Amino acid sequence: MNANVINLPKKPRESKLRKTLIYIVVISLILWSFDSLNYQGVMITARGTIQGMIQGFLNPDIAYLTNTTVDGLPYAILETIAIAISGTFISGILAIPFALMASRNIVGDRTSKVGKFIITMIRTFPELILALVLISVVGPGAPAGILALGIHSIGMLGKLYSEAIESMDIGVKEALESCGGNKMEVLFRAVLPQVAPEFLSYTLFRFEINMRAASTLGLVGAGGIGAPLIFAIRARGWERAFTIVIVLIITVTIIDLISGKIRKKLV
Amino acid sequence: MTEFNQEPIVLIKPKRYKFWFNIFIFVFLIFGSLIFAKFSIIEVITNFFQSTRLLSRMFLPPAWNYADNAIGPLIETIQMAILGSFVGAIVAFPVALLAARTFIDNKFVNGPTRFILNIFRTIPALVLASLFVAIFGIGNFAGVLALSIFSFGLISKMLYESIEAIDLGQVEALNSVGANKLEILRYAIIPQILPQYLSYTLYAFEVNVRAAAVLGYVGAGGIGQIYERALAFRQFDRVGMIIIISFGAVLIIDFVSTSIRKRLVR
Repeated sequence: MNANVINLPKKPRESKLRKTLIYIVVISLILWSFDSLNYQGVMITARGTIQGMIQGFLNPDIAYLTNTTVDGLPYAILETIAIAISGTFISGILAIPFALMASRNIVGDRTSKVGKFIITMIRTFPELILALVLISVVGPGAPAGILALGIHSIGMLGKLYSEAIESMDIGVKEALESCGGNKMEVLFRAVLPQVAPEFLSYTLFRFEINMRAASTLGLVGAGGIGAPLIFAIRARGWERAFTIVIVLIITVTIIDLISGKIRKKLV
Repeated sequence: MTEFNQEPIVLIKPKRYKFWFNIFIFVFLIFGSLIFAKFSIIEVITNFFQSTRLLSRMFLPPAWNYADNAIGPLIETIQMAILGSFVGAIVAFPVALLAARTFIDNKFVNGPTRFILNIFRTIPALVLASLFVAIFGIGNFAGVLALSIFSFGLISKMLYESIEAIDLGQVEALNSVGANKLEILRYAIIPQILPQYLSYTLYAFEVNVRAAAVLGYVGAGGIGQIYERALAFRQFDRVGMIIIISFGAVLIIDFVSTSIRKRLVR
């Protein structure tokens, strides 16, 4: 009897080879990218520019900060927040049908795959390019930005919503179906009440992201603080540019804090 | 026999003032915003029907033969995204360690580090890019710098949260046998967070590809540059082609990167 001989499984040798291969591929990708880097040194005017930036940082544009007309900073910030809220609201509603279509336990395996693919497509489309297309559709201004955020956010919210729906308690839905509830009753009495807190929490999270996105939309002409910011940078008006950046940072931080507190209470 | 009057039990419905007050605030904020931003669904729909002509000029058909000219800038965009996430990830690692309470338990280190990280994350990449263009001139260097800072903020935030969520048992075990900080880092922290770290870097890469596609708009290199040119010259069929190409590339990259990330973090 050779019971004391234990056959240990052979160590997997190929994994080491694969690891080395992956390392080589990643490193060569990085080196290849470095090769494309086109560094032409700083601009001749760089010293002046940086001095201007520091000067601008130290001397905020108070007149612009306290200008309460349409051309002032408060209006632009409020418009940015309004774009973020409106865009999030629209996507929060539009994402529900998409999410239902992507949930395995609602529409079955095959349809949910199609739904998931559509949501991925929406999520992948860069929102600034979407904004640019929408500007040519509805004209420049805040509505284009709202629509861009509203459509683009479906991609993330639809995915998170459908994950929430897929992980909910299916018993309630079955109970309603077994006593003859129709699709609409099942949706409003079984599905939505269960997932509502999660939906709200995800929507608030997306609102935080949209707040950041809304501040860049103006760069392409879709309303909000981005437009005055890019004009100030292009005109080398560093006082105004840094005033906007600082106010933007403070606003986004405050909104993050509030939204984070609400989200903690919800879930 | 003593008789005592038992008071009838009255069920008091919980007062829902607070609930309705919250609902009111939400509704007020949403409709206030829609009105403030002058959003009108009717106007959107009418404008949409007027502008189908423009969309058809973009996509029916797009300038297929322009694809050859778009490939170069597209590759540049991808290279910028790779560099941005690479540099960002390298810088993010030590900073995330400073921000994580599990590695350095000192409020005066964690607090300020997190504060600075938050500030970095609030500055949009496009704004950083336009600042760098002013210093370094037009070209992809400004774009790579902007993407690096942007990914640094993104990765270090997620990374320090992962470091705080590690299994502390290993750290304690090493502590109890007298390991120093570096040994704890090497044998307790890095093995636990390495998959997440790589996954976050890949995620930053995905986000960067999307961001890099528009950086050219402020002169920071990549496919955005030819996009802006085509738009300025009103060559809408080229615009359509660029949109199709960049969308296709982003879709493929997202798909590959997501499947790698799924394998990394199971």
